[in-house]
Amino acid sequence: MNARTPWSAERAKAIIAGHRHLRGALLPILHALQEEFGCIDEPAIPLLAQEMNLSRADVHGVVSFYHEFRRTRPGRHTIRVCRAEACQSLRAEDLIDHIRRHLGVDLGGTTADDAFTLEPVFCLGNCALGPAIMVDDTLHGRVDAARFDAIAAATLAQERAR
Amino acid sequence: MNGQLVTVYVPRDAAALSVGADAVAAAIRAEAKARNLPLRIVRNGSRGMLWLEPLVEVQTQTGRVAYGPVTPEAVPGLFAAGFLEGGAHPLGHGLTEAIPYLAKQERLTFARCGIVDPLSVEDYRRHGGFRGLERALAMRPAEIVAAVTESGLRGRGGAGFPTGIKWKTVLDAAGPEKFVCCNADEGDSGTFADRMIMEGDPFCLIEGMTIAAVAVGAAQGYIYIRSEYPHAIATMRAAIKLAYAEAWLGDGIHGTAHRFHLEVRVGAGAYICGEETSMLESLEGKRGVVRAKPPVPALEGLFGKPTVVNNVLSLTSVPIILDKGAGYYRDFGVGRSRGTLAFQLAGNIRRGGIVEKAFGVTLRELLYDFGGGTLSGRPIRAVQAGGPLGAYLPPSLFNLPKDYEAFAAQEAMVGHGGIVVFDDSVDMARQARFAMEFCAIESCGKCTPCRIGAVRGVEVIDRIIAGREVEANLTLLQDLCEVMTDGSLCAMGGMTPIPVRSALKHFPEDFTRTPAPLAAE
Repeated sequence: MNARTPWSAERAKAIIAGHRHLRGALLPILHALQEEFGCIDEPAIPLLAQEMNLSRADVHGVVSFYHEFRRTRPGRHTIRVCRAEACQSLRAEDLIDHIRRHLGVDLGGTTADDAFTLEPVFCLGNCALGPAIMVDDTLHGRVDAARFDAIAAATLAQERAR
Repeated sequence: MNGQLVTVYVPRDAAALSVGADAVAAAIRAEAKARNLPLRIVRNGSRGMLWLEPLVEVQTQTGRVAYGPVTPEAVPGLFAAGFLEGGAHPLGHGLTEAIPYLAKQERLTFARCGIVDPLSVEDYRRHGGFRGLERALAMRPAEIVAAVTESGLRGRGGAGFPTGIKWKTVLDAAGPEKFVCCNADEGDSGTFADRMIMEGDPFCLIEGMTIAAVAVGAAQGYIYIRSEYPHAIATMRAAIKLAYAEAWLGDGIHGTAHRFHLEVRVGAGAYICGEETSMLESLEGKRGVVRAKPPVPALEGLFGKPTVVNNVLSLTSVPIILDKGAGYYRDFGVGRSRGTLAFQLAGNIRRGGIVEKAFGVTLRELLYDFGGGTLSGRPIRAVQAGGPLGAYLPPSLFNLPKDYEAFAAQEAMVGHGGIVVFDDSVDMARQARFAMEFCAIESCGKCTPCRIGAVRGVEVIDRIIAGREVEANLTLLQDLCEVMTDGSLCAMGGMTPIPVRSALKHFPEDFTRTPAPLAAE
């Protein structure tokens, strides 16, 4: 389940303060901010620049370089679907087509009900049990259309049970 | 059972979890409770026979007995068949160690993986853990480096550079501050050995890094793990905490004057950060842009200081070299490829997993004797060896022995030991296109041949696939490949042509097909 807390400069400052002692602290801070807020909000850029004694361009450059850092809040759950070679050899492209149709969303998009964000990923390290997907932090192997539908339904059912 | 608690092993490896290991463990616990049978469940790493996951093992008088792949639904039946005493069952495979896939391997690096409880220092010690470090602590730095050099160990990340020579450069570099960095940004599709050993035997990596630190005089280390590996990250962090608690890390390692501090850093989804200089930039909190070499990281690495950068499998091979001696390790292998490599059978393969063998094993043995052919049951048409920058090889080359030089002679590479299998439904022009597409997405952007070349590569291959001026575009593609090979700053742009050219060379028919006419609406 993704955190999607609204931006708070105060909370962000506390997170930065908690990591500033690390050498090369920017990546750990960005991870921590994204874990708290679900994405790297626009006001985070000038704040980080000021707190870390960097230019805004430097901070923006780092945030935009890495595929993982998001600029908008994701849906409640992130589905990462592998489209690298090992999964390709087991027709991952067909699975991706199915997922897109099933969720009604393209790669990189979020479903209308805000439940799922679908992201492509290059390799989840489950290459002997492909095709592989990761829902939040849970890895699934040998995923076909039927298994995907069951996983998506179970994710929502779990959420309702909470 | 002699009143002793029966031990049942259910892996906690991410691959095992991906096919339901947690649910199986819960089912076993519930069934044991219902039957009032006390048992102990150990969540071990994976044995690497991934098609059998979740592979449940029971400790019996004669050894560990294997059952798999186990589903929660099969658990009551296993109890009814007396699996706690090793009873016969359709999912049973007898003694784990006697399963041919495992019995035929030479496990040096992965000797403990799947056997021990990954988060028990005591278990690690019982299986020979920290013996290499204990020896290293009693040696002079130059002696440690000499042992690693003599073992013939070469970088397991893909480049195959002699590890001992790298260490010697760092040892001889001026201090006082030096670093040891482990590259655990295992981004190549078809590879998962780094992940498996970090999840299954994390202390082995800690021990290998500590030996490196003692050898070169470093006091701080980082493990850079890709963010796609949350389980490996959690296991490594937990193991580091335990190692600190028992004085295997920190100030005064194991009662000596040596100090070494270790920290996990997490990547952020950039394939290029598996390139060592890009990884160093990322560790410094910057964009993962490749640095020009020289200077080599051994002289000017992390924060400009002398730095050992090694792959997980290089570092996890070090403890056994120090423990059993350089000669023991060097006696495995062929030619200039010494020791063993953990080959990873992946993709469309019936029995996928880890096969640790001495160099010199052929692709055919790996694919058919171990792998059992394709999962789909169709003939193998191509394998990609060594990750997304590795060559596509046809069956006529399957007798090639796995060693660095033999592969290099075929314009292929052993790389990190990953082997991705494709059946005869694969379209090699599409695979070549993907190689360029991947490079276009993952290029760090610093040099033009890679950044622009990959985009142009996709366009040219698209024209070839569409059947437009095929001959002229094939010539253009060869030319582009040459520019990328010769003009790129690092392996990303420099080696992306390898899968493209090998597809062109071995599967030319896929590039000259007349495209299917557009279906009439």
